[in-house]
Amino acid sequence: MSHEPNGYPPGDNYLNRTKGFLSWITTLDHKRIGVMYLCSVLFFFLVGGTFAIMLRTELLTPKSTTQMPQDTNYKGQHEDFPQKFLFEKDTYNQLFTLHGAIMVFLVIIPSIPASLGNIILPIMLGAKDVAFPRLNLWSYYLYIGGTICFLVTLATTGLDTGWTFYTPYSSSVEYSHTNVIMATMGAFILGFSSIFTGLNFLVTIHTMRPAGMTWFRMPLFLWALYATSIIQVLATPVLGITLLMLIVERAFSIGIFDPKLGGDPVLFQHFFWFYSHPAVYIMIVPGMGVASELITTFSRKTIFGYRQIALSSVGLALIGFLVWGHHLFTSTQSNIANMIFSFLTFFVAIPSAIKVFNWLATLYKGSISFQTPMLYGLAFIILFTIGGLTGIFHATLSTSIHLHDTYFVVAHFHYVMMGSALIAFIGGIFYWWPKFTGKLYSDNLGRIAAVIIFIGFNGTFFPQFVMGAKGMPRRYQNYYAEYQPYHRASTYGSYFMATGFVLAGFTLLQSLVRGKKAPPNPWGGATLEWQTPSPPPTENFYHTPVIDDQPYNYDRQTYLGPEKGWRDDHYAHEWEDMVAHHDIAGTGNGNGQTNGNGH
Amino acid sequence: MADAAHSPNDHGHDDHGHGEHPPHLAHHFDTLHQQFEAGKLGMWAFIAQEVLFFSGLFAAYAVYRYNHPEVFVYASHFLDTSLGFINTCVLLFSSLTMAWGVRCAQIGDRKWLITFLWITILCGFAFMGIKYVEYKAKWEHNTLWGAGYHPNEEAIEHAFSHGHGKDHSDSHFTPPQEPANVRTFFAVYFCLTGLHGIHVIVGIGFLFWLLIRSYRGDFSPEYFAPVDFVGLYWHVVDLIWIFLFPLLYLIH
Repeated sequence: MSHEPNGYPPGDNYLNRTKGFLSWITTLDHKRIGVMYLCSVLFFFLVGGTFAIMLRTELLTPKSTTQMPQDTNYKGQHEDFPQKFLFEKDTYNQLFTLHGAIMVFLVIIPSIPASLGNIILPIMLGAKDVAFPRLNLWSYYLYIGGTICFLVTLATTGLDTGWTFYTPYSSSVEYSHTNVIMATMGAFILGFSSIFTGLNFLVTIHTMRPAGMTWFRMPLFLWALYATSIIQVLATPVLGITLLMLIVERAFSIGIFDPKLGGDPVLFQHFFWFYSHPAVYIMIVPGMGVASELITTFSRKTIFGYRQIALSSVGLALIGFLVWGHHLFTSTQSNIANMIFSFLTFFVAIPSAIKVFNWLATLYKGSISFQTPMLYGLAFIILFTIGGLTGIFHATLSTSIHLHDTYFVVAHFHYVMMGSALIAFIGGIFYWWPKFTGKLYSDNLGRIAAVIIFIGFNGTFFPQFVMGAKGMPRRYQNYYAEYQPYHRASTYGSYFMATGFVLAGFTLLQSLVRGKKAPPNPWGGATLEWQTPSPPPTENFYHTPVIDDQPYNYDRQTYLGPEKGWRDDHYAHEWEDMVAHHDIAGTGNGNGQTNGNGH
Repeated sequence: MADAAHSPNDHGHDDHGHGEHPPHLAHHFDTLHQQFEAGKLGMWAFIAQEVLFFSGLFAAYAVYRYNHPEVFVYASHFLDTSLGFINTCVLLFSSLTMAWGVRCAQIGDRKWLITFLWITILCGFAFMGIKYVEYKAKWEHNTLWGAGYHPNEEAIEHAFSHGHGKDHSDSHFTPPQEPANVRTFFAVYFCLTGLHGIHVIVGIGFLFWLLIRSYRGDFSPEYFAPVDFVGLYWHVVDLIWIFLFPLLYLIH
């Protein structure tokens, strides 16, 4: 083994190989593109989150208006309610629309696949890059193009259609006076960004696996991204054409969705949900992939039911295409169609439950360490279970019609999208942060933040289940005073959760300034990305690794202390490379003391 | 999908430790074969995406046709079947020349590759020209979408007097009763053919790109992937028209 593998100087990695702003925006390196995605996504998470806090603040108090006069509070005592609290009703409509649209299109959909997926997927595959690096950069530029459209919408007229853009309100200039075309154009462009990312991952996984990595030796995160890619490639174009028709409808009154011209507005709902229901799985399936990695790594135990988890991701992707009609139970859909869609929707429970039970079985008798990423992993299991079980209420026709358009729905999809998908995203960031930044953060601060977020999240959304079941409709600015206790609890919960996110952000930023250098494998992860330096070199590995086993073998690892992390005997070759390259702190040859399960 | 064909250019050291690379092998692939397979799969995935992109409009067609068959029977008379037929032949022929071009690229016959690319491009232009003639007639007859549908007498006569012979006087000609919402047909017609037309134009752009590269001598029996992939795209655009023609023009 040469002392300087590949002839690069010690300390060389993907972050410092080239320097300057231009080297970033013209990069074809999947890790840099992933990092750019991560920054953009987190920025829009801040924007969308700010809108959410504004909404919750507005909802602190009920109002007394001419349409809805009220003068007693929930205790039955006399109280003078204000006519308006913070925002006009039009502003409120724009706030919840933009909160939803930004969080869905700009944050959650690109969150795990485009940022963490881009950074990690090729490394997990032992590949040098994704199959089409240039297309990858294009995807990022399309993402930026889409965000610009949204920012222009935000800066000019806003958007008040709800994130679903339902026709004919959205398609007619007489109804919505906001810049619907600009926003839908943004979503259209973002859709193609997502398609190209999915296409890239699909091809990469198919054609660039390393020697010995058969399909059933792939890490589960890759299985999840693979299933997600299928949905991205096959469902997103339908959103594309739908939004294109909406744009044409609004611009030229073409008459496909506008009932005044003989069009069918419900057709829009079918088209929209044909994408947007699978899109729910674009959001949640990668989160499940992250959760699988977190749970097996921090239980130090091979994942239970590997094949079942892997195939259930694909199962979710396929079933996801067959259930869009459950969004139309109250939209003049026939009873037969309602029953069929209701029946099919229950099938979603099977792959979801397979995953949850397998995660629990993995935890059972595992050697669990409660480090920051694991707390998110556990939070994911709990919140996803609540979100999933309340989904059954919506699949059941009789309850679904009662709960339609109430806060129960709001709470349900926040448990799934935020409590599961975004929590997994944050967990994934904390898990892979040392890998792609090369810095260790303060685990204690990270854990405190995780607990605050978990409590704050439940404080925010659990009361919404209750008030939704009691009949509080969604998207309303005003409400009867009897709902005030729930709204207050929800708002205070959201403030608490926001504190947690600020602390989590602080933890990560602090690590960039003061964090210790991360070892290649700080957590004892068994997958390939932990067998290369943190941060990895531009080509990801000094030597292309060879796989000969299932992905979660923890038996051959040795803990060498916090500075050196975990050493894997099977990848002794890579370890020697890293030692030779001074990627591992200290000067030892890596065959140090054995501490066993030293956490 | 041509990305695979280009070597990324932001890596400071281009040929570190990989030995001799074929000139068109990107740094992150091991062999040209792997690169070709990746590109091909990517192209097929893109084509699947294209099919689903169009599927929305085909679904709209199916829904409206199922609910209002009389509209489609009535309105399809306004379309010029002979022009549609000629366009179908033009596109089918262009698919043949495209496929032949791919074959020439595979066996390294640069001269004929260039010839076939030119013929394919000309067919593309011919298709768009005929499409223009058709659109222009729709414009003049006021048979457009939405509120733009209020056909003049000439249009109605043009649509329904076929088979009666040109020498029949106007008094013998009674057009059939017009059903409600014929404009929906034209909404679907213009969306479908318009989107298809845009795809033809994009295809012509790709063909010109291939042409420039063929003149430059980029392609060889070892490396012809871009020709193959553009060919796939061109066939799909052709195939979509093969569905559009009977659905819009022929089914009465």
